Amino acid sequence: MSALKRPSGAFRVVMIGATLGFVALFLIVPLIAIFFEALRKGLAAYGAALGNHDSLHAVMMTLLLAACAVALNTVFGVAAAWAIAKFDFRGKTLLTTAIDLPFAVSPVVAGLCLVLLFGRQGLLGPWLEAHGVRIIFALPAMVLATAFVTFPFVARELIPLMQEQGSQEEQAALSLGASTWQMFWRVTLPNIKWALLYGVILCNARAMGEFGALSVVTQPMQGKTNTLPLEIEYLYNSYGGLGMEWAFALSTLLAMLGLVTLAARGLLEWKMARALGAGAREGE
Amino acid sequence: MLKNTILTLFLVAGAAFSLVSCGSGGGKSVTLYNVSYDPTRELYADINPAFAAAYKARTGVEVTIQQSHGGSGKQSRQILEGANADVATLALAADIDALAQAKLLPADWQKRLPDDSAPYTSTIVFLVRGGNPKGIHDWPDLIKPGVSVIAADPKASGGARWTYLAAWGAVLKAHHGDEGAARAFVTALYQHVPILDSGARGSTVTFAQRDQGDVLLSWENEAYLALKEFGADKFEIVAPPVSILAEPPVAVVDANAEHDGVKALAEEYLRFLYTPEAQEIIARNHYRPRDPAVAKAHEKDFAKVEMFTVDDVFGGWTKAQATHFADGGVFDQIYKKR
Amino acid sequence: MAVRRRSILPGFGLTMGYTMVYLSALVIIPLAALFWKSAMLPWPRVESLLHDPELMGTLKLTFGLSLLAAVLNACFGFVTAWTLVRYRFPGSRLVDGIIDLPFALPTAVSGITLATLYSENGWLGGPWHGFARTVNPAWHAAAAAVNGVLSAVHVSQALAWAGLPDGIASDLPEQIAYTRLGMLIAFIFIGVPFVVRTLQPALEDLDREVEEAAASLGASRRQTFVRIIFPALLPALLTGFSLAFARAVGEYGSVIFISSNIPGKTEITAHMIMKKLEADNYPAATFLGVVMLLASFMMLGAINGLQWWASRRGRGAA
Repeated sequence: MSALKRPSGAFRVVMIGATLGFVALFLIVPLIAIFFEALRKGLAAYGAALGNHDSLHAVMMTLLLAACAVALNTVFGVAAAWAIAKFDFRGKTLLTTAIDLPFAVSPVVAGLCLVLLFGRQGLLGPWLEAHGVRIIFALPAMVLATAFVTFPFVARELIPLMQEQGSQEEQAALSLGASTWQMFWRVTLPNIKWALLYGVILCNARAMGEFGALSVVTQPMQGKTNTLPLEIEYLYNSYGGLGMEWAFALSTLLAMLGLVTLAARGLLEWKMARALGAGAREGE
Repeated sequence: MLKNTILTLFLVAGAAFSLVSCGSGGGKSVTLYNVSYDPTRELYADINPAFAAAYKARTGVEVTIQQSHGGSGKQSRQILEGANADVATLALAADIDALAQAKLLPADWQKRLPDDSAPYTSTIVFLVRGGNPKGIHDWPDLIKPGVSVIAADPKASGGARWTYLAAWGAVLKAHHGDEGAARAFVTALYQHVPILDSGARGSTVTFAQRDQGDVLLSWENEAYLALKEFGADKFEIVAPPVSILAEPPVAVVDANAEHDGVKALAEEYLRFLYTPEAQEIIARNHYRPRDPAVAKAHEKDFAKVEMFTVDDVFGGWTKAQATHFADGGVFDQIYKKR
Repeated sequence: MAVRRRSILPGFGLTMGYTMVYLSALVIIPLAALFWKSAMLPWPRVESLLHDPELMGTLKLTFGLSLLAAVLNACFGFVTAWTLVRYRFPGSRLVDGIIDLPFALPTAVSGITLATLYSENGWLGGPWHGFARTVNPAWHAAAAAVNGVLSAVHVSQALAWAGLPDGIASDLPEQIAYTRLGMLIAFIFIGVPFVVRTLQPALEDLDREVEEAAASLGASRRQTFVRIIFPALLPALLTGFSLAFARAVGEYGSVIFISSNIPGKTEITAHMIMKKLEADNYPAATFLGVVMLLASFMMLGAINGLQWWASRRGRGAA
């Protein structure tokens, strides 16, 4: 710390002041504004905004899509991490990069891809139409879009961790006569549980908040297909005394989800650091 | 324990899935999908319970009408893509013609119901701020220096296409058919538009709620709704002397309705729109009713406007669409010049 | 694909097979569909799209504004990361935690919140309105002088790419929402965490002893910064910058509400893709989509390269 104390106090004050100003203006004020706008008309109005059929249905849709996306991507994440971390094969770097691809793609472009594949003028469109299968503007496309944008979350948490852990423990379990499933449930899973949970939490938060890709592939219907973000847009664009307040009331749900996610993430990072520390001590 | 947690997660996902997908099952009830344009949200919120009550009284069957609202062109495309739609109640005929081209309904759909399948009409008016501070009374006032006009994007919104054609036609009439004058006026008009929302509802919100612009070019019904919602002292409706007769059409999407087994219901629903009961609801929602008796009773609720039709001035929607709104059409040409 | 399977562990075939099938079904095939569809566009059509000022305008605006936002984010992010790593002050843990808010807040929520905050009667847009009206006379004179200099040194092309074809605006916009200034703020908002989070570990790894040695050898603080600190942080800074840039280019939800969506002026590419799809203009949507996708791939490549560079530099120093 000696090098830090030497620079004049003024520099330090300016830096801290700039940071606080920036963070307050860009992050804290918007966060407060969400809750302020939602409660502008009082608690009763807030309750009415959240308690009506359409809002509750939007919550259900959001939970449903998130559950599907999380389930799909968790199974995939574990499988991919197992294959990549525990085995050697050619093209591993390419595969790891491919898994990260969805993060680089704009959500709207992701939606566009689904339309070009499954839509009426899409590659599979004529075949799907002939067989009476509807994907675009129906639940399947909503699940696919959500799963696409949240695709890498679980895998990218697990791959580096499992690579670091190596496979001695699993090999030991097998040589002691454990079955494959026993090895997985008793050895692998407990080793990766915090990272897995971490990935699931991030995946879930992103899935519940997805907007761009869903806007492309969803037929907007209040009380039917609208998820929370879609319902928020719908309400924001409907007027009257309550549209805005209701949009912000629903926004508070997602903002709280975001805050809980951040808190859970912090807690998990602390736990993982501790687990890693304990592992290192055991190794010594 | 970890195993159980994960299994529970999958069970919850499955349960949620079945809950949402089977939510409408059971009981003697049917669902009818009405895909409509943006400003009809309030209209169908009133019409649907009235129809459901009448239908239940007659047949004993509970009918749920599921609405979808959005820009008219967007809704038309979603129906083409296979979205749920037993009836289409869109902003203009061209958007239903597109469905007919894809053989979702017969080409002569407009002849199946009275009044060219438009059970209500409307027009384009100006909504200005209280006291009309910029003195807007007629179309030419819109391009006076310092006047900022809020309108929607004709490429995306049906109401915006009516607006564009209203401006074009009104100036054409004033200049005795001089196309150059109409084009110059419309070019200037869109240079006064600082925000181009993608839908009629969006531009109303921009104007009324977010205080942008001096005048909103709007559906008449949408303008009245803004007065009702925000207080009559905040805004004034200015009806231009000449405007367009906007005829938003309705049609059963035969292919979908047959598939869902609700064709008879869908037809009855649309015929209901022509009944005096529905016409009264229509008039109360500030759409101009077709029924002469209802129209007479509400005569004082609507401003006197000289109205021309798309067929009169533009030779029908197909032609208007191709000339003005297709890619590279007149709108694209004039809008690029900004 | 499986060569050199040294491991005695089971399940390679199953997990690898599942990975490939799921990856293909969900990601590779849809992305390939976009490429396939764009390859099917007849060349004259592509040529006319390439000369369409509406499409080119939105691409320029999106990339230019994203670039500007990323540059500003690099500056703000640098200050923030520096402060968080080097100083302890009351609330520093909270500030550190809140940095990730733009990640955690769904884009639609950020979008309507920013649009409301920065509208003319919003908490931030209102005061700005008053400020701009007061400052504008002085600004007007200053801008004229600056633009005179700019036109004299021939940087108009660079300015046009940054979305400022006429140089610095001769008036401060009195409004933030529904202008490019508002869009810039939205882009900055969503990019905040990228620069901070990539810089923090690099700053923590910085060898203090080298700094102290430089100082004791008589280097000024400025020299130490320019010669020692900045070069060491450069890879991380560039990585964060690229991540923020890539995110802004593809952004939709947080920016469409605060934008007025005027083609060529304030309409971002993602919004135009949506609009073209809605207008049944698949060729234009496909064209814009493939341009965006190619740009994403390039940025992904650049980011991977930068991370590799950063890690090599990290190892070299250790």
